[in-house]
Amino acid sequence: MKRLFFVIFCFFLLIRPTVALIEVDITRGNLEPLPIAVSSLYHEQGSQEIIQGEKIIKNVGEEISKIIEANLKRSGLFNPLKKDSFLQSSDIAHIKPRFEDWRLIKAQALVSGKVTISENRLRTEFRLWDVIAAKEMIALAFSTTPDNWRRVAHIISDKIYQRLTGEEGYFDTRIVYVSETGKKTRRIKKLAVMDQDGANVKYLTLGNELVLTPRFSPTNQLVTYLSYFRNFPRVYLLDIETGVQEVVGDFPGMTFAPRFSPDGKKIIMSFAKDGNSDIFTMDLATRVVEKITDHSSIDTSPSYSPNGKYICFNSDRSGLQQIYVMRSDGSNVKRITFGKGLYGTPVWSPRGDLIAFTKVHNNRFYIGVMRADGSGERLLTENFYQEAPSWSPNGRVLIFYRETRSDEEGKGFSAKLWSIDLTGYNERLIETETDGSDPSWSSLLSK
Amino acid sequence: MDYLVSIKKILLIAFAAVALTACATQKKVGKQVSAEAEAEVVKSDVYTGQETVEYLATGVPDRVFFATNKSVLTTAARDTLRKQAAWMRKNKDVTVTIEGHADERGTREYNLALGERRANAAKDYLLTYGVSGERITVISYGKERPVNSASTPVAWSQNRRSVTVKAN
Repeated sequence: MKRLFFVIFCFFLLIRPTVALIEVDITRGNLEPLPIAVSSLYHEQGSQEIIQGEKIIKNVGEEISKIIEANLKRSGLFNPLKKDSFLQSSDIAHIKPRFEDWRLIKAQALVSGKVTISENRLRTEFRLWDVIAAKEMIALAFSTTPDNWRRVAHIISDKIYQRLTGEEGYFDTRIVYVSETGKKTRRIKKLAVMDQDGANVKYLTLGNELVLTPRFSPTNQLVTYLSYFRNFPRVYLLDIETGVQEVVGDFPGMTFAPRFSPDGKKIIMSFAKDGNSDIFTMDLATRVVEKITDHSSIDTSPSYSPNGKYICFNSDRSGLQQIYVMRSDGSNVKRITFGKGLYGTPVWSPRGDLIAFTKVHNNRFYIGVMRADGSGERLLTENFYQEAPSWSPNGRVLIFYRETRSDEEGKGFSAKLWSIDLTGYNERLIETETDGSDPSWSSLLSK
Repeated sequence: MDYLVSIKKILLIAFAAVALTACATQKKVGKQVSAEAEAEVVKSDVYTGQETVEYLATGVPDRVFFATNKSVLTTAARDTLRKQAAWMRKNKDVTVTIEGHADERGTREYNLALGERRANAAKDYLLTYGVSGERITVISYGKERPVNSASTPVAWSQNRRSVTVKAN
């Protein structure tokens, strides 16, 4: 079907270039963001309002359009136009846009829609229009419970992104991270989860014990992380819905740096014993533990390739921390980083072609990407301290955390979440209620 | 009256100028001192000062320091650990936890492993000096529990440490 679309698209391009449908090239950075008009979703007469806790949302259509605008703007690929410049009212635009009105304000794409709330159902319709070609590109309708209205906005954003870029979106996703408060010498850390845009923060632990490095399971239901519960640093599993926690395996020492295998059946992690850290896996169903690396050096930060056949990790077996790739059974270990400085925290892109990493050189920290064989290294951002990149599910954006330098009195310290596009452009602070670190991106929630 | 006000103004300006100069000089001196202090307390990338050190008993320091990314025990570290071993042999009912720490200039997961390696380096040395392994547990905190929260070479050198803590 996709191919068919492509063929049709090429046909139009050749014959009548003036009606070629608009598209956004996301492989280049620094391009002109596409001007898009996101009309308020028309709130049908007689519809109920949404009551969420203390909050009453009177015009959910307008709120949904605001979230779509914010998502598209944050992607760096779109420029949502100011609503006060719109000439046509949103209800008529949804039925039959007057394209010349939208062209006049330089919009190339138009989003219109309608919401209806009755009998505790939120019904949302939306259309994406190509203003230049005067054509409808998508028309979809969703029905859900009213308290899901934010997710509706994210799903619509994903549809728009997908239609205009040709790639899957990443807006209907969540981020699990570590919330940080308190003094630097005694930070209080809690697991937290939020929507990709920072809304709906939920704290998953109370902060009584140190918790680090949470990572989602492929189905987003579980999180694996390191907890210092009772002063035994061990890898745990947490079911986000039920809140049930359990320790992973029965290791006589610290386990850390956990991640799921791509099929969700295993946890891969490091186990430290007598000053030596090696990489192990544990099958969650059978509880079978396998030792993957066996070396007197520090082997840690393992991450599977998306097909599950390979593992990248960092090791100081050469004397300094470098990145290695091996088969998933531990055979065929190959060092892939030979540049100046130290390399750590490798994470395989969900597309499989790239590995993101942290590099330390001359006391500066970089987030970068390279091909899985170590070639084509590209450094995306440099700072005083930043590390631990995590990929958006479409492999286009990296999220990581950055710490600021403290002064001589130890003041001025902060830890914040940041994102940057694979292109090296569009670096953005992700606002959180508290300081944050160790972010990990979920896969798409609606798939 | 006008005259007085303007004198006051002049005095104020003069005072401000003096204060400013004083600040400037002080800052300069402060910087020089800290650079010298760093050269004095950090030798070959290892902290040699006393500032953060606590004592398990008179003459028995509780911690040893490491070079960046290293877990090799320096001569001074071995000297301290021999004192700890002697103290533990004398106090047979004492059990300890050795906490391994790293500075903030490494990736979190690697630092956890590094802290574990440092704590075990200290533990191994105590074992060779006749302390039973059953009396020692180790725990790594990586970069999570710095003792000095500044982002300076001296602070980092103080944070690269293993600390022996009485556990009972």
